[in-house]
Amino acid sequence: MRSCLVVDDSKVIRKVARRILDELSFDTNEAVDGQDALDQCKINMPDVVLLDWNMPVMSGIDFLRALRALSGVNQPKVVFCTTENDMAHIRTAMEAGADEYIMKPFDREIIESKFSQVGLI
Amino acid sequence: MKPEDFEFMRDLLKRKSGLVVNPDKVYLLESRLTPLARSHGLESLDQLIDKVRTSRDAKLVDEVTDAMTTNESFFFRDNTPFDILKKHVLPFLNKNRDSKKLRIWCAAASSGQEPYSIAMILKEQSHLWNGWDIEIHATDISNKIIDKAREARYSQFEVQRGLPIQMMMKYFRQESDGWFLNEDIKSMVKFEYMNLLEPFKNKGPFDIVFCRNVLIYFDQPTKTEVLGRVSNVISNDGSLFLGAAETVLGISDHFKPVKGQRGIYVPSAMDATAYGGV
Ligand SMILES: C[S@@+](CC[C@H](N)C(=O)[O-])C[C@H]1O[C@@H](n2cnc3c(N)ncnc32)[C@H](O)[C@@H]1O
Repeated sequence: MRSCLVVDDSKVIRKVARRILDELSFDTNEAVDGQDALDQCKINMPDVVLLDWNMPVMSGIDFLRALRALSGVNQPKVVFCTTENDMAHIRTAMEAGADEYIMKPFDREIIESKFSQVGLI
Repeated sequence: MKPEDFEFMRDLLKRKSGLVVNPDKVYLLESRLTPLARSHGLESLDQLIDKVRTSRDAKLVDEVTDAMTTNESFFFRDNTPFDILKKHVLPFLNKNRDSKKLRIWCAAASSGQEPYSIAMILKEQSHLWNGWDIEIHATDISNKIIDKAREARYSQFEVQRGLPIQMMMKYFRQESDGWFLNEDIKSMVKFEYMNLLEPFKNKGPFDIVFCRNVLIYFDQPTKTEVLGRVSNVISNDGSLFLGAAETVLGISDHFKPVKGQRGIYVPSAMDATAYGGV
């Protein structure tokens, strides 16, 4: 079973995402901000991170840069999932090492489509 | 809905567009045609049906068939057919067409995602196609959906279904009212109204025909008839792509599946190994 870390400060979004990921047979964990996610990744690296942008403590983009700077780990796929929906943000995310990008609101079809894009489904 | 109204509509739709509406789909007639009735200032679907029956107004009949079409589509739908196109079909044609002419037809193109996906693939391989004369014809029975396809404006939801983010960044621009496909891809595709039940207006031969997710709405004799006419406009070494839930088996002798590849069919006399078949 593949594992996914859902990083979002909204409990509701985490719940919605978890339900979809359950259906897609992912083993899902949750983190409430970038720092929490980074701490979890250092202990237990997931196959994919579903990542919000704007969060307290550490933003998604800062998390991504810190994650990609870790050496000697199995780098996971990172799929942004954010309300930031302009080309400038998308470009910044891709340059920082994101694999795919979801603009909220999302649904099961979009998650499925994007996860298959990066070879996880 | 009165049984005689249902029968009248069922026969009309079958005759005009090939659409088969079974009695368990009465709700589809109601949910899709009630808004049309309203837009004509009528109070109910019954009144609309009366109007269709008595006026025999061709434009109104078109609007009815149009409203009953299912136009769902997305970019690179099912992925595999587009991979086969990219890896096998296009390279083969590139080697075997001394004329440097490539003709593609999308026979039920809906809102354009399918022909535009093909255009993006060709653009990605542009090193292979320098100096080629490439035509992508896209047709559909719904005038409304053709207008949308020509506009090539997609919602945030639509650009996220099937389209890899790199492709979106490369070929779309964002404006306040949606995501617009760039002119260089858009201009590769020509859209036209065409009903698959009527004699084909476009002349073959085509090297590639996409006829995906439309035969499923037809009954068996109609499928056979349409595929028979498709076979007349496809070149001897051309290919036919059908939807994931469609096949030629038991329906048409003109085509055979390419063993080992999903969704692609070739003229029965052709050597299918050309397209990666085993
Ligand atoms: C579900 S869409 C398929 C779109 C695209 N080929 C795909 O696979 O994503 C079916 C399309 O077939 C069109 N259609 C239905 N009956 C037709 C007919 N008799 N002739 C031409 N097009 C037809 C509909 O208008 C609709 O746009």
